[in-house]
Amino acid sequence: MDWQLIFENSLKGLIGINAVYFAIAAIGMNVQFGYTGLLNFGQAGFMACGAYGLGMTAHYFDISFWWGIPIGIVFSLVLGLLMGVPTLRLRADYLAIVTIAAAEIIRLVVRSVRFKTYFGGSDGINGFSQSFRKVGNSLGIQEADEYGFWPFRFTGREIWTLIVGWVLVALLGFVVYKLMKSPWGRVLKAIREDEDAVRSLGKNVYSYKMQSLLLGGAIGTISGMVFALDRGSVQPDNYSRDVTFYILTALVLGGVAKVSGSIVGPMIFWGIFTFMDNLLRQVAEDPVHLWNFTLMKSTQVGQLNYILIGLALILLMVFRPQGMFGNRQEMAFDGR
Amino acid sequence: MGAERTYSDVAAAARAALEACERTPGAPKPDPILKGDGIRRQFGGIVAVDVEHIEVQRGSITALIGPNGAGKTTLFNLLTGFDTPNTGTWSFDGRSMEKVAPHRTAALGMVRTFQLTKSLTKLSVIENMRLGATGQKGEKWWNGLFSSIWRGQEADITKRADTLLERFKLGHMRDEYAGSLSGGQRKLLEMARALMTNPTLVMLDEPMAGVNPALKQSLNEHIRGLRDEGMTVLFVEHDMDMVHDISDWVIVMAEGRIIAEGTPDDISRNPAVIDAYLGAHQGRSLMEEES
Repeated sequence: MDWQLIFENSLKGLIGINAVYFAIAAIGMNVQFGYTGLLNFGQAGFMACGAYGLGMTAHYFDISFWWGIPIGIVFSLVLGLLMGVPTLRLRADYLAIVTIAAAEIIRLVVRSVRFKTYFGGSDGINGFSQSFRKVGNSLGIQEADEYGFWPFRFTGREIWTLIVGWVLVALLGFVVYKLMKSPWGRVLKAIREDEDAVRSLGKNVYSYKMQSLLLGGAIGTISGMVFALDRGSVQPDNYSRDVTFYILTALVLGGVAKVSGSIVGPMIFWGIFTFMDNLLRQVAEDPVHLWNFTLMKSTQVGQLNYILIGLALILLMVFRPQGMFGNRQEMAFDGR
Repeated sequence: MGAERTYSDVAAAARAALEACERTPGAPKPDPILKGDGIRRQFGGIVAVDVEHIEVQRGSITALIGPNGAGKTTLFNLLTGFDTPNTGTWSFDGRSMEKVAPHRTAALGMVRTFQLTKSLTKLSVIENMRLGATGQKGEKWWNGLFSSIWRGQEADITKRADTLLERFKLGHMRDEYAGSLSGGQRKLLEMARALMTNPTLVMLDEPMAGVNPALKQSLNEHIRGLRDEGMTVLFVEHDMDMVHDISDWVIVMAEGRIIAEGTPDDISRNPAVIDAYLGAHQGRSLMEEES
C-alpha cells in the first residue's frame, strides 16, 4: 500500500479545485441557511446559471467571453426572484421544496434534446475557457510546467484556477464577514430567530429574505463559474441535487453561521473524501476474500465511500452539532 | 388602593378626559389615537373578533381584558397588520391602517409585543436592543460593507439601548445571549426592544404573564413611565390587580365583542363583567378593597 501517494492526494484534495468551488458555494449557502435560516436546496441551480452564462456567452453570443460573468449573475438573480417571489412569504419548508424543484427543472431543461441547439444537451458546452487561460499565460504561468512544493504540486493549468479560486474565496468570505457584522447582517440573523419579532420592529422581512436569497445565489453562481472554467466545459449532470447536499454537508461539517466554517468545512470534506477514496481504491486493488466471497470490489469503492461519509456526518450531528467552528453556546438555546 | 396615588400632569389630564366619557361599549373619546369600526374576523364558522367601534384615548393607559378566547390577541393582530380582518376599517393617528404591512405599522409608531415572548435567543441582549432602532443606514446591504457610513449612528443607538437596559435592570446582562435570560427578563427585554423604535402607541400582549411579583411592581412603574413620557399604552392582561393599579381606562371583551368600557372602578362594579370574566368572588374582593 502506497501511503505516501494516499497522503499526497489527500493533502491536495484539501486545497484542490473541488474544495474551492465547494467553499464559494458554501459561503453563499451560509448567507441563506446559516444566517437567514432560508432552506435553499437549489444551490446547484444557481451554479448552473453561472456555468451556462459563461458557456453560452462564449459559444453562441458574438461578444467577449468576459460578458459571461455579468450575464451569469443576471441569470442567477432572475432565478432567485422566480424562486423567492412566490415562496418567501410562506414558511421555510416551501422555499426548500421550490428550490429543489427549480434546480432540477433547470438541469432537465438544459440537458433536453429539444433545446440542444442552445444548451448542448447532455454533452453540455465545451472548450470555452481559452480567454481565461490566456490571462494566466500572460502572467507567466506555463500550463505544462509544475508549480509548488511537495505535497502541493500542481500543473500550471491547475495552479491558475486555484489562485483565482482562492482569491475569490478570500474576497467573498471577507465581504460576507463584513456584511454579517453590519446592521444588515443583524437583521438577517434576527429573521433566522423569529420573523414576527423582526416584523413587529418595523423591518421588511420579505425584502431582507429576498436580498439574502439573491446574494447567496449570486455567490453560488460564481462558484459554478469557477468550476466551469476549471473544466473548460459545462455538463448538466454536474449540477444535480446531490451537489447541493454535499455542499450543505460540507457547510454543516465546518459549522453554520461562521464564515470560517463555510471555508474550512469544504476543505475538510474533500480532504477526507479524497483520503477515503484513495485508501479504499488501494484496498480494492488487492481484494479481501473470505472463502469464495469477495469483501470489496473496486467498483464498490465509490458507494462505500459515500456510506462512510454519511455515517461520519451522522456521528458529527450527534456529538458535535455545531460543526467544527460553530459556537456551542449559540446552539444550546433551541427551546423558544 | 389607587386613592393615595399621585399622578403626573399627563396622567391626570388623560384621567380627567376619560372621566367625562360615557361608560358604554365603543364610547367616543375626546382625542383618540386609535379608532376602529366594524372590525370582524372569522376563522371558519367562529367569529373571533366582532368589534363595532373602538377608540383609544391618546396619552392614556388602556387595558383590554376578557376571558380566554375573547379575541383580545386577535384584535391586536388585526390592528397591527399581522392578520387581516374580513371586514372593517381602522385608523392610527388619523391615518387609515387598512392593508398596511406589519413592518410599516411599526415604522409609523405603533409597536407591539407578543403573548409568547419573542426574544431573539441567539443574539446578545444588546444586539436585540440595537435591532429595534428604526431608520438604520447600515440596514441597507449596500451600506453594510462600509462601516464608516453607519458607525456613528450605531454608537448613538448603542447609547440609547444602554440607557434603556439600565432602566429595565438588564444592564448586567448586556453581552449575554438573550436565550440565557429568564422568562421575566425576556418580557422586559421585549418591552425595552419595542421602545427602541420610538413608538407613540405601545401595545403589550400580557406583559405580566410569568413575571414574579417583585418584577411586576417595577414593570408597573415602567408602564406608567411610558405614559408620562407621552406614549399611549394599550395592553392585554389577566392580572386584575395590575389592571386596577395602572390603567386609566378598561375595555372588556367577551366572545369577540366589546361588552363594557369604563374606569377600573366602574368595571369592577359592572355586573356584566363580573358575570363574564371576573366571577362573583373576584368582584366582591375588589369591591371590598374600594370600601
